[in-house]
Amino acid sequence: MFEYFNIVLLEIYKILFLLVPVLVSVAMIVWLDRRIWAFVQKRRGPNVVGPFGLLQSLADALKYIFKEIIIPASSNKIIFILAPIVTMTLALIAWAVIPFSETHVLANINVGILYLFAVSSLGVYGIIMGGWASNSKYPFLGAIRSAAQMVSYEVSIGIIIINVLLCVGSLNLNDIVLAQKKIWFIIPLFPMFVIFFISALAETNRPPFDLPEAEAELVAGYQTEYSGMMYAMFWLGEYANILLMCAMGSILFLGGWLPPVEIFPFNLIPGALWLIFKILLLFILFALVKAIVPRYRYDQLMKLGWKIFLPFSLIWVVITASYLFYFNLLPTI
Amino acid sequence: MKIFRIFKTIFLIDFLLAFIIAIKEIFKSKKTINYPFEKGKISPRFRGEHALRRYPNGEERCIACKLCEAVCPAQAITIESTEREDGSRKTTRYDIDMMKCIYCGLCEESCPVDAIVQGPNFEFSTETREELYYNKQKLLDNGDRWENILAANIKADNFYR
Repeated sequence: MFEYFNIVLLEIYKILFLLVPVLVSVAMIVWLDRRIWAFVQKRRGPNVVGPFGLLQSLADALKYIFKEIIIPASSNKIIFILAPIVTMTLALIAWAVIPFSETHVLANINVGILYLFAVSSLGVYGIIMGGWASNSKYPFLGAIRSAAQMVSYEVSIGIIIINVLLCVGSLNLNDIVLAQKKIWFIIPLFPMFVIFFISALAETNRPPFDLPEAEAELVAGYQTEYSGMMYAMFWLGEYANILLMCAMGSILFLGGWLPPVEIFPFNLIPGALWLIFKILLLFILFALVKAIVPRYRYDQLMKLGWKIFLPFSLIWVVITASYLFYFNLLPTI
Repeated sequence: MKIFRIFKTIFLIDFLLAFIIAIKEIFKSKKTINYPFEKGKISPRFRGEHALRRYPNGEERCIACKLCEAVCPAQAITIESTEREDGSRKTTRYDIDMMKCIYCGLCEESCPVDAIVQGPNFEFSTETREELYYNKQKLLDNGDRWENILAANIKADNFYR
């Protein structure tokens, strides 16, 4: 009995040890995002609360906590309340399989990448539920757009992952990282990295693909009817998803927790720091993209997803497979 | 030309250029100010909160001619006047409804004795509506508080009037 409790407590401790830093870093990257956005536009951005405005997100969270939660009378109350919870939970549970070093991973499962892919695909449910349960036109339109967009780009992300898996021969995230010991996949698969990055932008509803919440047309899309803590949960889930996509990108293409070169000053730094550094780098790219591009038109978005990215990544699968087969480089399983 | 455009699209040339521009912009000087801590420069002609001025000997300037009341397009000013013991005409009531006021500055321009002026203060928001119904006392207090700046502003702007 006691042993059982001990195991449960240990697991809870591990989960908290993972989740608390993730949530704190979500708050921090919101600040970073706003700050970079402001700097590119020659503004100052949040710089009042705390040193350099670092505590801005905490102040915002506090504000959200004290705000009233308004539930529209005609909404489907259960689903309305469930939607932000689903979004946030799905964004957070995916972190379970992210390896921070060879041993530091909460659940080192053999189908890690599939799990990650599945959970990030499920993320669309939170948005659809929120949009539908609001029973109002803007959230509904936003949710429909979001669903179509996320499903479309999910396909190309899936095929990009196949590219990587062809080179690795395993679905385990740790194996994927270890397979990049010689060379990071960003070098042989650079076009795939670019497509992955753009698809990740679309997948997380970031500009230039933020059509689901296009404020000029749809007020705030699926979030229109949400207020207070429920809105904050959507917002947290969204940024946790962005971080997750950055983590996925750095594990698939940038060598995860591996240092860039296995020589003296680099291999002293622990792997977790390298991963965090790579995630930050990708996130800064995300933030810069937000500042420099205008929003896509909806048909252009769909065209990009289905007519350009999908065929291109499919062709690249064939190229990678034939290259590996011809030079006898296929990974042994 | 078309081939060039396709090349540009495939290799995301415009996108990369935008990245370079964005990174350059990050290190340029900021165009905004830390508002509550530092404030932008205000012209002497700035039309902010109203004030009733006094002569240096403490006598009110206002002679209750009611030109400002007449000219006010929003009809925000209400004046009542009476004859004082020494025979001069003075206001007994001088109210400005700051919520009706459109800050056009016509009252200031119409005033023959520079009594009602609009000062540089624009941070007079309040928590209740009632606090924005300014009476004579409040306006005179404003005048006393801002007199130095008001006098300097009128002097600076005099050339253009």
